[in-house]
Amino acid sequence: MADIKYVTVTALTKYIKRKFEVDPHLQDLWIKGEISNFTYHTRGHMYFTLKDENARIQAVMFAGYNRYLAFRPENGMKVLVRGEISVYEPSGNYQVYVKEMQPEGIGNLYLAYEQLKKRLEEEGLFSPEHKKPIPKFPRYVGVVTSPTGAAIRDIMTTIRRRYPIAKVILLPTLVQGEQAAPSIVRSIEKANELGYLDVLIVGRGGGSIEELWAFNEESVARAIFASNVPIISAVGHETDFTIADFVADLRAPTPTGAAELAVPHLTELLERLAQRKVRLIRAMKEKITYESERLVRVQKSYAFRYPKKLYEQKEQQLDMLMERLERQTMRLIEQKRERWQQYDLHLQKHHPAEKLKKAAEKQQVLTKSLEREMQTIFKQKQLLFTSLLSKLQVLSPLKIMERGYSLVYDEKQQLVKSVHQLGPGDSIKVRLQDGYLDCQVWGIEEV
Amino acid sequence: MSEEKELTFEEAMAQLEEIVEKLEEGDVPLEKAISFFQEGMRLSKLCHDKLQHVEKQMEYILREDGELEPFAFQEE
Repeated sequence: MADIKYVTVTALTKYIKRKFEVDPHLQDLWIKGEISNFTYHTRGHMYFTLKDENARIQAVMFAGYNRYLAFRPENGMKVLVRGEISVYEPSGNYQVYVKEMQPEGIGNLYLAYEQLKKRLEEEGLFSPEHKKPIPKFPRYVGVVTSPTGAAIRDIMTTIRRRYPIAKVILLPTLVQGEQAAPSIVRSIEKANELGYLDVLIVGRGGGSIEELWAFNEESVARAIFASNVPIISAVGHETDFTIADFVADLRAPTPTGAAELAVPHLTELLERLAQRKVRLIRAMKEKITYESERLVRVQKSYAFRYPKKLYEQKEQQLDMLMERLERQTMRLIEQKRERWQQYDLHLQKHHPAEKLKKAAEKQQVLTKSLEREMQTIFKQKQLLFTSLLSKLQVLSPLKIMERGYSLVYDEKQQLVKSVHQLGPGDSIKVRLQDGYLDCQVWGIEEV
Repeated sequence: MSEEKELTFEEAMAQLEEIVEKLEEGDVPLEKAISFFQEGMRLSKLCHDKLQHVEKQMEYILREDGELEPFAFQEE
């Protein structure tokens, strides 16, 4: 028998336990059954058997989970439990470790609730980035609830007490029963159509899960999600979370709580306002004080106390500058004068009087030589004239006539040089040395 | 002033806060500080008036026909 392989009970049990634990179907599941052998241990844990007609399974619900149970489990009660299956090693039992338990019926609702919640969550309807901010100082607060329930009374009372300047618009809505969900959806839509609401409270007073059920409907969840007006949900009491609560922009545990979240407290606001006014006045006073002090400081300053000091130095500077100006000017004038003298001397050397004198001298010389020349020319001309005159006298016709020659003129006083100029009978004048002869032609004889 | 009417309480409060902070910072020229102060006092009064101004009827119910009707809660 030595070569037969065996395992210990512990190892086997651990192996079996691991088989349970790796099976995803056994990790989180809902089981329907009837409670029997219910034991509420003094340490707070619950032990019982779940059974139906054909089978049974051991169950344990630890105190950490059962403390939230809304009902007291009893033998014979039909329930839905949620939990995981595992093995209790000491006794080799497999059993269900229960995390949630609901009476059947309500339990079914819970199943539906859980499924819808999971689906909408995955779709992103609950995600924080879709949450709209709630305005701080709403003027119009819409309320989607029943006109007759405690909820509207609580909301109105709270708003009247805290912030009476906000207007409350009630959108009468069925919040219970089969027509509740469509009614809530319609009211949310109407509230959006109004267009001027700053915030919307959607809710009702507490009740059983069946009474609150409309707020777990998908249509309501989607209407809340689609609303442009920020929505504060106010369903039931502290511990009840509805789907509407998850989708809403803000969740209030009760209608009163919703009203408190929707509006600020007027008294607090007035106090804040008064504080700001006080701060405003204080800041202004401080500003004036500060500026006055600055003014005083400036007035006390050296310059203001000894204003002479401000210009004494300037005076001195001015004097020095004046002195420099004078000195420089004088120097400049001196320079100019020296240069002028140089030029003047130069100029004197080239004075025109000298030139004039020389020119006059030259003119006298020239005049004299001109006179002299004139005299010479005149004498020469006179001599020439005399000689010419004597030559002329030699050539004068009178001289020739002295020798017996005469001149004949016709009646027109024209000198007659040919016999052809005259005919017989013409009157002629004959010029002799000492006078004229009036004659008449008798005959013509050519030679 | 039509501009004035558009100023909501929220905006007026925000402006008032801004002015108070600017003044408290202190490095505002005096003339500017005075106009800030006057504006601040005006805003303060505006906010106060808005807060004190309560209409008698503040609660309405939306009728089926879409009209608003004064609403008073009936104590049971």
